[in-house]
Amino acid sequence: MDKKRLEEIKEKAFEIRCLTINEISTFGSGHIGGAMSITDLLALLYFDVMNVDPKNPKKEDRDRLVVSKGHAGPAVYSTLALKGYFDKSMLSTLNQGGTNLPSHCDMLKTPGIDFTAGSLGQGFSAAMGIACGNRVKGVDAWTYTIIGDGESQEGQIWEAAEFAGAQKLDKVIAFEDLNGQQLDGYTKDIIPEEAEAVALRWKSFGWSTEVVDGHDIEALKDAIERAKSVENMPHMIVMKTQKSRGYIPGEGIKANHSMPIKKEDAEAAIKALKEREGR
Amino acid sequence: MKRDAHDFNHYKEAVIGAAVDIASTDDRVVFVDSDLSSCIGSTSFEKKYPERFFNAGIAEANMVGVAAGLSSVGLVPFIHSFGCFMSRRDYDQLFISLGYTHQRAICIGSDPGITAQYNGGTHMPFEDIALMRQIPNFVIIEPSDAQSLYDLTWQAYKSGQNAYIRTPRKGINFRYSLEDEITLGKGIELREGKDVAIIATGIVMVDEAMKASDILKEKGIDATVVDLHTIRPLDTELIEKVAARTGKVLVCENGRYAGGVGEMIAGHLSTVLPTKMAFLNVGERYGEVGNLSYLKEAFGFTADNIVNKVMGLLA
Repeated sequence: MDKKRLEEIKEKAFEIRCLTINEISTFGSGHIGGAMSITDLLALLYFDVMNVDPKNPKKEDRDRLVVSKGHAGPAVYSTLALKGYFDKSMLSTLNQGGTNLPSHCDMLKTPGIDFTAGSLGQGFSAAMGIACGNRVKGVDAWTYTIIGDGESQEGQIWEAAEFAGAQKLDKVIAFEDLNGQQLDGYTKDIIPEEAEAVALRWKSFGWSTEVVDGHDIEALKDAIERAKSVENMPHMIVMKTQKSRGYIPGEGIKANHSMPIKKEDAEAAIKALKEREGR
Repeated sequence: MKRDAHDFNHYKEAVIGAAVDIASTDDRVVFVDSDLSSCIGSTSFEKKYPERFFNAGIAEANMVGVAAGLSSVGLVPFIHSFGCFMSRRDYDQLFISLGYTHQRAICIGSDPGITAQYNGGTHMPFEDIALMRQIPNFVIIEPSDAQSLYDLTWQAYKSGQNAYIRTPRKGINFRYSLEDEITLGKGIELREGKDVAIIATGIVMVDEAMKASDILKEKGIDATVVDLHTIRPLDTELIEKVAARTGKVLVCENGRYAGGVGEMIAGHLSTVLPTKMAFLNVGERYGEVGNLSYLKEAFGFTADNIVNKVMGLLA
């Protein structure tokens, strides 16, 4: 990826972070932690990698993304708004009665959401079904999906993992957001997961695997390109991330799964982020 | 497509035969099984359409999720497991991935209630009807013979809704012929009597209800027998008609009262036509192992017990 392109994607990631902080602050609280940890990936996918058209969100041969950790919805909505699926003003309706932006991703409500998630593990299986369906229909498209490290405690993840391996679903690229935290605290205190062990586990299920820094956009892009060159198996890119990355008040603390964020908190946080990123 | 069910030797051949015939007319139709393809015979689907068949292995939750994903790209999946696993094991997936998302699959739950026989209590679903009823707009059918099973599988597909097909795998009987009109959502009045209405669902109960009506006739009791092959949507018109005519209704189901067919009918009649009712079901019991005749006796799913229930209702 050339430097100019990389800077463009970084700028998009920054914008997504700011939009997400503001979006959650309009409601007053939300799942900030797991939303912020995937913003670099979302910027890369929507502004560089995926074949999508915001003016034709249902086009048949589009690449699809299933964010199985559906509570990251606010970050996905920011990304979709920035991409042009809907007006940014809609972000201020998050979680309000009658909104098209519920806390967890909903394919029936939000343009650009390819599958509903929220009951953890389920989006991941659906992503495998989408890949199977595209194979049946002869549609040449990629299926991307993002799961959480906490979500990986769900047995269904592993049912889908073995299925995808057996089916050799090589048009699937999955990302595990290994931010080391879940609702009740640190994964190391609940169900410990080390990145290399996670990668080995996926490898044993018949997936190509790689561990990357989930905030290094260039490294993520390279990993995706390498995955695409491997045939006859699905691909898991284990992303080492930081929960709440970019919402500085939430970084490095235990209770950052869902946080109260007032308007003034958002303003201060975005100011601090701008200073840190030199923007 | 109409087809004479005499082509089939077992119920499972009728339901899978319908799926294969449907697939021959609609290339969107796919099949996902869960390591029970040789039990239900979906191997015949795989043989004819290998690129449209998936074996999810012993992983029912993922099977439902994969089906939902297939549906989201415009395909129409049939899925299968034993009824116990199809309903209890993957319930949140049925509810969220299929129901809440407005995706669609035709779910075959084989060996309902005591027809699970030698697989015993762990495999004996009595509560599947109640579970499926909680998912909005899920069609539930329990045909009482091979012809209605074949015809109603087609109609479940044509309904465009999620559907649950409750059927035994083994054995066969022929109650209806190719010419009979069998319509989803419309129960069939097999006997028209004035003294009592016996509403039965499924092969076991409809068989026993017919035998019971013969015994009752000898006692001078003129019984209506309804084959309620579609549990949902409920044929309220027919139910009200037979309740109004007889004033007494017995509901027989190879399942549990709570959330089941009897409670469903009682709930409806209580709002429009309060009627004296009795119920035959498994009550609070779990399943157990045995052959069908043993289990019929053990659970009271017999013509004699239906007669007893009717006599109690008429007393």
